[in-house]
Amino acid sequence: MARIVGGVGTSHVPAIGAASDNDKTGDDYWAPLFAGYGPAREWIRRVDPDVAIIVYNDHATAFSLQLIPTFGLGMGSEYPPADEGYGPRRVPMVHGDEKLSWHLAESLVVNDEIDITFVNDLHVDHGLTVPLTIMCDRPEEWPFRVIPLAVNVIQYPQPTGHRCLELGRAIRRAVESYPEDLRVVVFGTGGMSHQLQGERAGLINREFDLAFLDRLVADPDGQAAVPHVDYLRQAGSEGLELIMWLVMRGALGGDVREVYRHYHVPASNTAAGLIVLEPVGDKG
Amino acid sequence: MSPPTDTTTKPWDDIPGTYVQDGDHYRRGYRLNMLLMTLNTEEGRRAFAADEAGSLDRAGVTPEQKRAVLDRDWLAMLRLGANVYYLLKLAAHDRVSVQHMAGSMSGISEQEFIDMMVSGGRSPEGNLYTDATEGGS
Ligand SMILES: [Fe+2]
Repeated sequence: MARIVGGVGTSHVPAIGAASDNDKTGDDYWAPLFAGYGPAREWIRRVDPDVAIIVYNDHATAFSLQLIPTFGLGMGSEYPPADEGYGPRRVPMVHGDEKLSWHLAESLVVNDEIDITFVNDLHVDHGLTVPLTIMCDRPEEWPFRVIPLAVNVIQYPQPTGHRCLELGRAIRRAVESYPEDLRVVVFGTGGMSHQLQGERAGLINREFDLAFLDRLVADPDGQAAVPHVDYLRQAGSEGLELIMWLVMRGALGGDVREVYRHYHVPASNTAAGLIVLEPVGDKG
Repeated sequence: MSPPTDTTTKPWDDIPGTYVQDGDHYRRGYRLNMLLMTLNTEEGRRAFAADEAGSLDRAGVTPEQKRAVLDRDWLAMLRLGANVYYLLKLAAHDRVSVQHMAGSMSGISEQEFIDMMVSGGRSPEGNLYTDATEGGS
């Protein structure tokens, strides 16, 4: 039987990917951020997952205003890194797990009545590839298969925090009903506080971010009840991405153990956060 | 066709200097954003570079939007319905930084924006409510 062995919440700032791709991780600017990734990379090597379900958002790359899936589940065998204006990142092909994707789809839609969108042809942008870099550095091949789950966090109305948390819980049920013996981790990505637009561009809110991390661990239902306007106001217009971490949290079940946390300002224009969680109790 | 106008008061109206991608913004900026979307491919980037004004005309954007793009007036583009992720494609096309764009929107230079971020970013204090006496941290 498959089981969820851990969760990762992490920012997915494009400049972090660029720093890695261009050998800048030792620079004064980047070294403190990347130094903080070490323990998380050790953790994922030790956990050695077969599959990562990566909850991320597409930034007008595969989807545009023409088509906006609220929840788009990757169904493919391969997800090529996308061209975001500078040519595709030179990182390995992202390999999927079609069988598990279809199982997730069936379980989510039929058992939990969460009507996701199926996406086959999906070029993945920095939202998905930067978290892989953060957790895996620069391998020849990514060390696990990946199922992308794209969430609309850009166009109002975005799914509620509560819906994101419930989706995570449904993902847990889906994984646990999969007959194959797989070790699955779930990534929630994006955030933390940042705003890239308007006269208020550059907003960073450390207090909000650290409270979010605390509550994500200890009181996910409470955090899921926080309305979007609070994120927009407190964490900046782009800080709303944090709702995707709630999907990850839901997938871990009831109580979790906080394995590791890292917080650094700035990564480019963003507060970079990272948290590693493990489920406790039932399935260990 | 009259330009779409905002129809209701919204819970985020009192967040200063922030343009929320809601239905009004969507309708106002649809054509402009879909034009910027063409910059995702090398072919689209070449076509735009070869004839910016013609590309904007063919996309059916408003005269104000066309002017804002040609002037690279980032704040005006935003106000006229552009979304930040689509504007970033234009910034990438121009080979200017996010900090250049965000600094331009907030009335400071690229270097000042970078320095602000390095020193911890724009503080929430006084920046959470348009009426600064009401909020703050
Ligand atoms: Fe993002």
